[in-house]
Amino acid sequence: MNTENTRTRDLNRVLNRRRIINLTGLAAVNLLISLWMGQQAYRWLPPQASAESVLVDKLFSFMTAVGCFIFIGVVGTLLYSMVFHRAAKYDTSDGPPIEGNVKLEIVWTAVPIILIIWIGTVSFNTYDQMSILGAIAPVTMKTVPTVPLDRKKEVLANPNPTDTSPPIEVNSRQWAWEFYYPDEGISSTELHLPVNQRARFKLTSEDVLHGFYIPAFRVKQDIIPGRAIDFSFTPIREGRYRLRDSEFSGTYFAANQTNVVVESEAAFQQWLTTAAASPAEPAENAASKEFTAAQNSGRFRWKTVKPAPAPTVNYTSSEKDSYE
Amino acid sequence: MSNALLEVESPRLPPQPETPESWRRFFTFSTDHKVIGIQYIVTAFVFFLFGGILAMVMRGELITPEADLVDHTVYNGLFTMHGTIMLFMWTFPMLNGLANYLVPLMIGARDMAFPRLNAVAFWMVPVFGVILIASFFVPGGPSQSGWWAYPPVSLQNPTGNLINGQSLWLLAVALSGVSSIMGAVNIVTTIFRMRAPGMGWFKMPAFCWTVLSAQLIQLIGLPALTAGAVMLLLDLTVGTSFFEPSRGGDPVLYQHFFWFYSHPAVYVIILPIFGVFSEVFPVYSRKPLFGYKVVVVSSLLITTFSLIVWVHHMFASGTPGWMRMLFMFTTMAISIPTGIKVFAWVATVWGGKLRLTTAMLFALGGLFSFLFAGITGIMLASTPFDIHVNNTYFVVGHFHYVINGAVVMGFYAAIYHWFPKMTGRMYYEGLGKLHFALTFIGINLIFLPMHPLGLMGMPRRVASYDPEFAFWNVIASLGGFLLGVSTLPFLLNMLSSWSRGEAAGDNPWRAIGLEWLISSPPPHENFEEIPIVISPPYGYGSDEPLVSNNPAGAVNP
Repeated sequence: MNTENTRTRDLNRVLNRRRIINLTGLAAVNLLISLWMGQQAYRWLPPQASAESVLVDKLFSFMTAVGCFIFIGVVGTLLYSMVFHRAAKYDTSDGPPIEGNVKLEIVWTAVPIILIIWIGTVSFNTYDQMSILGAIAPVTMKTVPTVPLDRKKEVLANPNPTDTSPPIEVNSRQWAWEFYYPDEGISSTELHLPVNQRARFKLTSEDVLHGFYIPAFRVKQDIIPGRAIDFSFTPIREGRYRLRDSEFSGTYFAANQTNVVVESEAAFQQWLTTAAASPAEPAENAASKEFTAAQNSGRFRWKTVKPAPAPTVNYTSSEKDSYE
Repeated sequence: MSNALLEVESPRLPPQPETPESWRRFFTFSTDHKVIGIQYIVTAFVFFLFGGILAMVMRGELITPEADLVDHTVYNGLFTMHGTIMLFMWTFPMLNGLANYLVPLMIGARDMAFPRLNAVAFWMVPVFGVILIASFFVPGGPSQSGWWAYPPVSLQNPTGNLINGQSLWLLAVALSGVSSIMGAVNIVTTIFRMRAPGMGWFKMPAFCWTVLSAQLIQLIGLPALTAGAVMLLLDLTVGTSFFEPSRGGDPVLYQHFFWFYSHPAVYVIILPIFGVFSEVFPVYSRKPLFGYKVVVVSSLLITTFSLIVWVHHMFASGTPGWMRMLFMFTTMAISIPTGIKVFAWVATVWGGKLRLTTAMLFALGGLFSFLFAGITGIMLASTPFDIHVNNTYFVVGHFHYVINGAVVMGFYAAIYHWFPKMTGRMYYEGLGKLHFALTFIGINLIFLPMHPLGLMGMPRRVASYDPEFAFWNVIASLGGFLLGVSTLPFLLNMLSSWSRGEAAGDNPWRAIGLEWLISSPPPHENFEEIPIVISPPYGYGSDEPLVSNNPAGAVNP
């Protein structure tokens, strides 16, 4: 009796050890795949063209890895059951009447809690860093004065000269973007920014909600009519990128996009000079073109809000200009 | 309730063609919860097909980058009506149908607490359905402001008419809210007051728990949406200034009204489907629901948390930093009770005696989709990442994995599982499996590509897009058409099985539950004798009887 008990106990111990080794092995494989997926995550995103994008992508990569680990773990278990725990054709018996397992339930309540605290903390830290960079808009209910009230103080507090100039005014409407550089008095339908300098904006809308969204920068902010919203971020990579309206703004919402050009300080100054020398002219406007085309086509349509007149600007780029 | 008295006095007669048991009863103001349940489900499914056709036209538009199939105004009307119909005309009525049919049977009641209110709530569905569809034919067309109807776009009214697509839309949504509140009052009362003797809270099937949790959300949240809709209607028609910024209103306030209900609404939708999973997995695994008490209490936790997460829809809407962080943490926290449920289902299936029937396959497919959507959901809760993908196709992909992946597949699981009970006939397993394969492939083909699209920065609600998005859009469109085709084997299966399927018997799945103790379809008053419940609901593997009497009475010994 005794020896038999010992033998069963030994056998159980061996089986348990084997099970633990198997599970650890599977978890390790899962971990490797998940880490690899976390690295792949960077490739699913647009180029990292702002300081913020580096932070956001890191966060996304981390969440992809954690998410993958859980997904593979759960789906793997389910698939194993679906293959190996099938009832035989004429087996009408029931499975083991296991109604629960307190230990297991505590574990799988604790694990998500820990994961959530972990993901939450990483997200919070990322958010905090972005706030320091300025990409997180502290939304003001009142209109922001164009010229800071106490510029002297600001210069003392922040020696970076670009921060003392008034922000670029982003004016959105149905369906056009207009950027106004107050120091130079230049307006443009294409946003030009010097690389590696914090770009600051005042976002306003003339009519409905619009969304200021540049995927390559991973930044987005709704623009609310009747409010001026302070916003800033730091482009770090020269190139041409897409700026899109991200809050549904009516009929020609899809056409409400333009380009952002990030260039060296010298090229930027050059652009400012060229633009300042150009007379203001009505810009090309994709929404108006589509509107006119729709009026002239026989295609069925419903009545729409008319596009606002195209902005009159010093600089305009063609819709067909390339971007990354 | 007068019927009940009559039934008790006269001996039960076999159904006759002249009695209300004929098919005509489905077109009457019947107060039988089973008739109303089927009325809800069939009506909702018709709207589901209609909303699906709208989606297929949208996918046809999106198969090329240019807006070349339909005009922009038409596309905007299509996605607005697609979203509205799928939520207010399909998911809510469909789930009310399931709850109506199943809850009284599962708790051992002869009907709902308020049968007439029940019928009124149902008959409002075709009324506001007609109003919605009619909006296609008024000057200016249907609402084109998206199913959120965010002002100021929703207040623009280019035709200047008082009767326009947007005002009809708001009227329909307000009526839908009233109908849903009626349904919620009825279901909550029924579950509280009409459980059979012996059915304590922890002897009640998980489905009833989830329905209760969902309907409590309806009671708390719907007044906010209905009030928001009425205020917007006033802004639109009589020129009040609640939300119109040019008149001093606050458009962001509307967003709070809207999401205070419309995020919890997602849990109204998903909770009963969790209930379906909790019913289906034990039957086809031949094992009790793992951790039953924790699973059902999680439903109430989800209800509580669901009321404090709505601002995550507004992370980019001009929301202060403290609010963003607060709602980021609450949103992540809701994944804990949900995660517990997912693990419990996996443990239920594990080591069971699995039978991969159509219902089981759909439930597993739904669980798979929900898991994926849950993971992308936690990503979306993370504010810094959400700011990048907010209002992009990433979000569209995420919530379609919930709504079409988990909810629609969960609905199919429920229909296949209870079809024998509802009709007394078996469906064709082969057609069912074909239906599953097409649905599962279709859903992944259409909604998975939306995630890379969103990560690349494609905004939602666009009729035209930049050429770099074309590749994934073509795949998604093909998936969309496949998903459309996938409903054909289902319709064929249901129609032919209902008319000429094999007789099912009382309990073809050898399932445990009060509804399986009576004949299929259940008699008008459900139970000859009100059951006396003596066991917990999922006694697979143990021989304890569920009830101490024979609820089917002498007719069905």
